[in-house]
Amino acid sequence: MSVALTRRPGLGRLKAARAPLHPICLGFAALVVLAALLAPWLSPYDPNAVDLGNALAGPSSDHLLGVDAAGRDTLSRLLLGARTSLLGPLGVVVFSTVAGIAVGLAAGWRGGWLDSVLSRSTELVFAFPGMLLAILIISVYGEGLLAPVIALAIAYLPYVSRLTRSLVLAERTRPYVCAYQVQGHSALQICLRHVLPNIAPIVLAQSAVNFGYALMDLAGLSFLGLGVPALTPDWGRMVFDGQTAIQHGYPLSAILPCTLIVLTVVAFNVVGERWADQVARRTT
Amino acid sequence: MNALDIQGLRLQLPGSARPVLDGVDLTVAPGETVALVGESGSGKTLTSRTALGLLPPGAVTEGRVLVDGQDVLTMAPDRLRALRTGQAAMIFQDPGAAINPLRRIGDFLTESVRLTGTVNAADADRRAVELLDAVGLGPELLRRYPGQLSGGMLQRVMIAAALMGDPILLLADEPTTALDVTSQAEVVALLGRLRARFGTGLLFVTHDLGLAAAISDRVYVMYAGRIAETGPAAALFDRPRHPYTAALLASTPRLEAPSGRLAAIDGQPPDLRQELTGCAFAARCLHATELCREEAPALRGTHPAACHHPLEGSRTDA
Amino acid sequence: MPEPVLQVTGLRRTFGAVRAVDDVSFTLGAGGSLGIVGESGSGKTTTARIIVGLEQADEGQVTVQARARAGRARGRAERLARAREVQMVFQDPYLSLDPRTSVEAVLRETLRLHFPGTDHEARIRELLDQVGLGTRAADALPRQLSGGQRQRVAIARALAVQPAVLVLDEAVAALDVSVQAQVLNLLADIREQTGIGYLFITHDLGVVRCVTDEVIVMRHGRIVESGPTGRVLADPEHPYTRLLLESVPRPGWDPDGIAAARRAL
Repeated sequence: MSVALTRRPGLGRLKAARAPLHPICLGFAALVVLAALLAPWLSPYDPNAVDLGNALAGPSSDHLLGVDAAGRDTLSRLLLGARTSLLGPLGVVVFSTVAGIAVGLAAGWRGGWLDSVLSRSTELVFAFPGMLLAILIISVYGEGLLAPVIALAIAYLPYVSRLTRSLVLAERTRPYVCAYQVQGHSALQICLRHVLPNIAPIVLAQSAVNFGYALMDLAGLSFLGLGVPALTPDWGRMVFDGQTAIQHGYPLSAILPCTLIVLTVVAFNVVGERWADQVARRTT
Repeated sequence: MNALDIQGLRLQLPGSARPVLDGVDLTVAPGETVALVGESGSGKTLTSRTALGLLPPGAVTEGRVLVDGQDVLTMAPDRLRALRTGQAAMIFQDPGAAINPLRRIGDFLTESVRLTGTVNAADADRRAVELLDAVGLGPELLRRYPGQLSGGMLQRVMIAAALMGDPILLLADEPTTALDVTSQAEVVALLGRLRARFGTGLLFVTHDLGLAAAISDRVYVMYAGRIAETGPAAALFDRPRHPYTAALLASTPRLEAPSGRLAAIDGQPPDLRQELTGCAFAARCLHATELCREEAPALRGTHPAACHHPLEGSRTDA
Repeated sequence: MPEPVLQVTGLRRTFGAVRAVDDVSFTLGAGGSLGIVGESGSGKTTTARIIVGLEQADEGQVTVQARARAGRARGRAERLARAREVQMVFQDPYLSLDPRTSVEAVLRETLRLHFPGTDHEARIRELLDQVGLGTRAADALPRQLSGGQRQRVAIARALAVQPAVLVLDEAVAALDVSVQAQVLNLLADIREQTGIGYLFITHDLGVVRCVTDEVIVMRHGRIVESGPTGRVLADPEHPYTRLLLESVPRPGWDPDGIAAARRAL
C-alpha cells in the first residue's frame, strides 16, 4: 500500500541523505524541548524586566545574548519564548490529529451521505489559506494564544482527515476486516481496535511533519502582532519587537529569534519526514 | 548455440546463511519449451530473472548465464539494456500489474524498441499491429487503455510486447496463474503457435506440474535453490527419479485420482537462515539415509536426478 | 436425505447492468461438502459473500438451520447469531489476518465475543491443536508465519465460533502444492471430527474432486450444471462443464481446440 503524505514542497530537499543530518536535527529538537521545559530555572532574568537605560546593548557578561529595545534580556526571553512557541504548535497538532482522524474515520468507514458531507466541508476549509483563517478568527476573538491555535487546527484538519479517509478506504476492503465482520464484531469495534492501529503510524508521521509548519505559521502570526499578547515572550513576537532594534543597527535581538524559528522548524521537519519514511518503508 | 545456457549459477544474498541458488545448470535450445517447476522459495523465479540480469540488490554471483552466447552477469549496462529489448524478453505473472495503466497499449508495445532507436516509429507501429494479429487481437487495441481489456487479453498484449524485439529467448514467469483455465488454454495455445512461427526458446516457470507436463519438451524440478531432477516431460512425470518430484506428484489433487486424503509431504522447505549440509530434501524424505544428510548429491544418470537413492519404477507403483 | 443445513433459493444480485448472480438455488446437507466451480465473473464469489452476509441479495433467500437470513443484521444478538451459523476462510493468507494481532489474541477475541466467561486458555490450545499448529505459534504475529500456517490460523478463527457451515473462498488457491495438500487433508479431518458443512468455492477441478461430495458449476451468474462430484466430472452434461474439464492441462491436451470451443460457446 502506498499513500502519498502531503508535504509542502521545498523543505523536502533537506531529507536525511547525508547521515549526520538526522541525528543532529533530533538532538537540536530535543535541546529546544528541554530548554522550554527548564526555562524558568535556566533563565537568568525576568523576561519582562524592563531596563531602558541599558537598551540595545550587545552581549556582555551580564546579558549573554544582549538586550532588546526595551532592555529586556534576550536569553531569558528566548528560553521562555520557547515554551509558547512550542506549546502552540503542539496544540494545533494534537487537536487537528484527533479531530482529523475522527472525521476521516467516519467519512471513510460509513461512506454514503456522511462521506459526502464531511468531504465537501473539509474541502471548503482547504480553500482558505490557514493564515487568513487565523487572522479572521483572531479579529473576531481578539488576543490570546487559544484563538490562533484553534484556527490553525481547523486549517490543518483537512490534511489529516483526507489522509485518514483514504487509508480507511483501503483498509476496509482487506479480507481481515471482512473476516471480523463475518465473525460478528460491530463496525465500531473493528474500526477502533483493528483499523485505527494499523493506519495510526502513517497519520502520526504526517502530524509530526505538520508540527514544523504549525510553528512557522504561529510565529508568523505573532510577528504580525496578532495572537500572543504583548507581554508574553514568544519568538515571533520578539522578531516583531526587534524591528526597531534593526533600524537602530543592533539587530541581534531580532536575528536570534529568527534563527531559532528557522532551525527548530527545519529540525522538526527533518525528524518528522524521517519518521514518515520509516513508516512508509515498514508498511510496503 | 543455445538460447539460454546457465552454467553452475550460484547466487548469495546478504543475510541468508546458504546460497539462494546453489549450482544451477539449465539449457534452453532455440524453439524448445523448457518448464522450470518448483514451489515458493525454490528459486525458480530468481533463476529466470538472472537470464535478464535482474538481480536483487546485494546479490553475489558465481558461474555463467549465457543468453545467445553472451554472459549476462559480466555484461556492460548498455549491452544489457540492448539485450533486454532484443534477444531476451520476459512475460510476467500479473499483466494488470506489469503494464502501465496510464499509457495506451500502442505506446506500451512500441516504447522499448523506439527508445533504443533500433526501429523508427512507423516501423515500430507496423510491427506492433503485426504482433497483435499474431496473438489474435485487432489493431484497434493500439488506442485503448489497459483498464479496458480483460486479463486474458492483457496477457496476450504482454506476449506481443515481449516479441517486439524479435527475441531468441522468452522467459515466462507463471504467465497463466492469474488467468482462468479457459484463458490459460488460449494463452498456452498461442505460445505454442508463436514458438513454431518465430523459433524462440521458451523458459516456462510454473508451480503447476500438470501444466508443465502438458506443454513442455523438457522439465527441470527445483528445490531449495538446487535442481532436483531434469528430463523429458513425459518420462519425468511417469517415472520420477527424485523423491521430491514423486512426492509433489502424489500431493497434487488430480481429476483421475480417487477422492479423499492426499499424500501430503510433512514439514516445510529449509529456512534460508539455516545452513544446509547434504541433500536439501533429506529432512522430509521418506527414503533418507545418513549419507543423504552428510553429502549433497550431484545430478547423475541418463535421466538426471540429484539423489543418492533415486527411485526406480513408475509413479503408479508407489 | 439429511436435513439441509444451508438452503439457498432464487438468489439474485445485479451490479448496474451486470447480473452477477442470476436465480441461484442449491442446498447443502449437514456434514456435507458442496463445491461451487466457475471462472472469474461466474458469480461464485458474490454468491459466497451473500451467504456469509458481506453482500445483500436483491432477491432470494438464504436459510441456515431453518433460520432465514434476510437483510442486514440488526443488533448485537442478531449479529452474533448469524456469525454462529456461517463462517468464512478467505483466499489471501497474507491479508486475512490483522498484521498487528498475535495468533492467540485473534482466537481470544473471538472467544470473548461469543463465549464470554468460559475457559479461553484451554479452548485456544484445543483449537491450535485441531489445526495442527503448535503452542509456539500462539505468540507469533502473522508476518512470522508461512502462508500455510496463516490459513490454519484463519481456519482456527472460523472454527472458534463453532459454525454450522464453513465457506472456503479459494482458500487453498494461493498456497504451494505441498502446503495445499496438507491443508486439504486438515479440512477433511475437521469435517469428519465436527460434522461441519463445507461450501468450497474454487476454480480448481482437482481440488473439487478431492474434497467435495457434490458440485455446482456456475457461468455468468447462473448454475449450468449440478450433481454428485464423481458423476459431473466423469460424465458432464453441459458443454461448458466439458470445456472446463478439457481445459485442465494434461499430457496430450489440445489447447487450440479448447480456444475454439470457448469462442463457440
